[in-house]
Amino acid sequence: MQAVTSASSRIDAKRRAVLDPRKRQFAKSEWIDPDYEHRLNFYQTPPTKDISLEDFEEWAIARLKVLSELEACSFRNRTTEETSEYMRPVLEKWLRLDSNKSRSGELNAQRKKDHYSHWTLRLAFAGTGELRQRFAKLETQLFKLRLQSDYDDEKRDFIKGLKMSWEMVGSEEKATLLKDLKAATGFSQSRGDEEAWFKVDWESVPDLVSQRQVLLKRGKAYVHVREQLTMVQNAFTHSLDSGLELAARFLPRMDEDNRLAPILHHLGQSFVAPEANYSESNSLGDLAKVTAGDIDGMSKHFPLCMQNLHRELRKNSHLKHFGRLQYTLFLKGIGLSLQECQIFWRKAFKLIADDKFNSEYLYNIRHSYGDVGGDANKRGRGYTPFSCQKLLTEALPGPGQSHGCPYRSYTPDNLMTLLQAVGVNDREVLRGVKEDVGRQRYHIACNRVFEAAHKVELKKAKDESLLPSSNFDTILHPNEYFKRSFVLRNLGMVKKGDIGIDGPSQESASQ
Amino acid sequence: MPHAISPTSSPPEPVMDDTIMSNAPAQPLEDEVPLEPHSDAAMLDAEPSTVDTSSGKLEDIFDDDSDNDEFSSSVPTTVDSSQPALAPAAQEKSAFTDLSILKQFYQRLLPFRALFQWLNHSASPCADFQHREFAFTLQSDVYVRYQSFASADLFRKACVNTTPLRFEIGPQYTINPRDRKTVLKAGSFRPVMKELVFDIDMTDYDPIRTCCTGAKICHKCWQFIIMAIKVVDVALREDFGFQHVLWVYSGRRGAHAWVSDKRARTMDDAKRRAIANYLVLKQDEKKGIRRPLHPHLDRSLDLLNPHFTKDVLSVQDPWATAEQASKLLDLLPDKVLTTALQKKWDSAPNRSSAQKWADIDSVAENGNLSTMSPKQLVDTRQDIRLEYTYPRLDAEVSKKLNHLLKSPFVIHPGTGRVCVPIDVRRLEDFDPFAVPTVTQLLQEIDTWDAEARRQEMSEEEKSKVEDWQKTRLKPYVEYFRGYVAALLKDESRVKRERDEEAGAESMEF
Repeated sequence: MQAVTSASSRIDAKRRAVLDPRKRQFAKSEWIDPDYEHRLNFYQTPPTKDISLEDFEEWAIARLKVLSELEACSFRNRTTEETSEYMRPVLEKWLRLDSNKSRSGELNAQRKKDHYSHWTLRLAFAGTGELRQRFAKLETQLFKLRLQSDYDDEKRDFIKGLKMSWEMVGSEEKATLLKDLKAATGFSQSRGDEEAWFKVDWESVPDLVSQRQVLLKRGKAYVHVREQLTMVQNAFTHSLDSGLELAARFLPRMDEDNRLAPILHHLGQSFVAPEANYSESNSLGDLAKVTAGDIDGMSKHFPLCMQNLHRELRKNSHLKHFGRLQYTLFLKGIGLSLQECQIFWRKAFKLIADDKFNSEYLYNIRHSYGDVGGDANKRGRGYTPFSCQKLLTEALPGPGQSHGCPYRSYTPDNLMTLLQAVGVNDREVLRGVKEDVGRQRYHIACNRVFEAAHKVELKKAKDESLLPSSNFDTILHPNEYFKRSFVLRNLGMVKKGDIGIDGPSQESASQ
Repeated sequence: MPHAISPTSSPPEPVMDDTIMSNAPAQPLEDEVPLEPHSDAAMLDAEPSTVDTSSGKLEDIFDDDSDNDEFSSSVPTTVDSSQPALAPAAQEKSAFTDLSILKQFYQRLLPFRALFQWLNHSASPCADFQHREFAFTLQSDVYVRYQSFASADLFRKACVNTTPLRFEIGPQYTINPRDRKTVLKAGSFRPVMKELVFDIDMTDYDPIRTCCTGAKICHKCWQFIIMAIKVVDVALREDFGFQHVLWVYSGRRGAHAWVSDKRARTMDDAKRRAIANYLVLKQDEKKGIRRPLHPHLDRSLDLLNPHFTKDVLSVQDPWATAEQASKLLDLLPDKVLTTALQKKWDSAPNRSSAQKWADIDSVAENGNLSTMSPKQLVDTRQDIRLEYTYPRLDAEVSKKLNHLLKSPFVIHPGTGRVCVPIDVRRLEDFDPFAVPTVTQLLQEIDTWDAEARRQEMSEEEKSKVEDWQKTRLKPYVEYFRGYVAALLKDESRVKRERDEEAGAESMEF
């Protein structure tokens, strides 16, 4: 890397260098080398170092993945313990943050990544009020999670370093007020409460005042130290909210040069439904030979979007273009070969004459598989099957069309009818789906249905560690849905080792 | 000159023809001249009672005088007060809402200047007052909102001209409320500041008072309000550190509190809700109030215990009948104890509430019948005591920044009483039935004027005395002025400190 030059001599054309010596002495130094003392961060100073574009994007995507998983947890109403359990592997993978005790050499790099990715996402999500709110909520949850998992002494150091507006109650005052302090703040010896209180203006703790959990004297509230964590979290949210507002105001003035805009836009989209990296591993490959005749039987493993298309197809013996495209790519993804696919469509479009079919529909199937035409890059493999994000961000289907995500395109009532038609009858699940749809979290609704349908199998898989932990993440791709559904319903085969799932938990050398 | 003669008449005495004649436009001036040398005292003796026929004319004639504030004299009141004298109490009721009476009240009695300073927080008009909303309830039951005024005088003139039955005070907005429609952005017109208010209404006490219900009150149940004021006042001062708390009689059956501290005025809805919830006590049916008791509740209990013994147990006697007693038994969670008590009271009816109260302890002790531990029994008794004495606030009033509340010193249309401030230093002495009504006040003015004339006070001396000082309203207005003066002093001190700070900072550059 470049040698670090001293602050005074470094003048970067991009930054407005303050050259006037009279002002120079008051200007904040441009080149701050942040010293990440603590694992946690209030993100009050923006980063100033240079990083590469790839890092910029990568780190932001990693953080986004973490936040999306966190959001999924909250939507499925997991308790705090469940969430922290669930998030641990996710955090390990994407945003590892070791404590000071670990003496890892990577500490600075990890914290830098954390710091930068936060500020990148701030940029990406400062645009609209709704995004800001979501972001702030998720960041607070992440902060809370990290705070709870921190070591006590490190926590204390961090909080001390924050310079909040409270002061500890001195021993004299404590002695005089001890009885009242204990009575007011619900002190419980048995719970192991420390005999420590701090005082702060009552306006900072209105919730505690409302529940009479603090001692009030002439406008000062005496709060027990256990509430400190809540106050720190509230302070975090507060400072983040104001930071985001400021960012929103400065966004239009950003000195942009078309490098960041597409990245930020892409990040914004990922918030709708996170990126699902479709890879070959998502298809069953040679796990199960799928033929055209199997499709009807397999359709019970399909996610709602594909089941919907399948039903439409069977009903009308026809599908419009986008529906065909979506479905064909999906079928490719589950392992249907080109020949089988052609047979499938030919049989499905039974009302159409042979030559019409060949001239109008056959080419497209071959195109999707990459057999003819298409992009030179993708020749041989064809287009990738659409992920949930794609289905949720492209245009809504019009009359006579049934592609896209039905959780989005159907009205809630029609959606309920559809779900019941495919066999989802549990009132709880239906209600949960309605809620999710109301909040526009369509992929969460789909996941909910998946979990409800495979409850038994999922539990078994978890208990017996048959599947690697990544298999319990949120499903973001229809083919992923299918694969997991198929695997779960055929757990016998997994145990026997016939179906090998790539992952660390698989001991037997299968596949 | 004709005016010099007209004040000669006093309320009980009927109007003199001469004065009428002298003021009638058509009359030649010569008639007046011979009247002048007559002393005022001489005129007083004139008695031809031409009340009935002349009263109609008088009203017409003296209506013009209403603009002339300085000399708006007792003559018009002669007419008005003579009417109630003729008709019995039934007319008294409507008299309280009578236009001319209200007009007189607004012209002469209501201390607009003091009200203005109280809301303005300084002597010269600023946004605090000018952007303040007032809501008028007019004679025809019309409710007019978003009124604002640039100064105390304009406020007064508006009241005199429109004679509202009552007016309420709202928050201070970002801009003049009258201009609210002219802003482009809907968000730029919003409330920014208002005093913290509390409302204690006697109807909330209906479940526990035995002497009256609904709108009726008496001295016995007024004690509940006194208890409530005590508890809330000490909490506001001691716990929250508020220094400027004004308690106002609501005119019939309750009291309001206005907290004018700057810290309180600038609170948002969330903080107001916090204070309201802090003060409100909701009894948990099953578990009782959380123990150990919060120091505020402890302190309240200490303040209220003597009241419980005296005002509730002996005066109210809420558990005298068997039916009422069952309410008490419902509050005790122990079935064994309640059955034993029921038996005892069935066998000896007509035990007073105080005796029944003592029974709880004695039966529990003696028979070892209760399954509650002694501590639990003590706690339950405390809970019951709090249930019967703790303030019952209308929390909704306090929670919102933009809530409109009746102003001090308006007339209550139902009772005619002025909503006077309550002196908390002499809380126990406050008697809601001794609060003057508007008609009484107007009569007092006239009595004083008559007395002054009799004593031959000079015009100079007479003009030094303001109308409200001639009546029983005097102590209340003085108390209010004192309160406002203290508030202004505090405000200016704070402002000065802030200016000094700001000045010091700017010095550094």
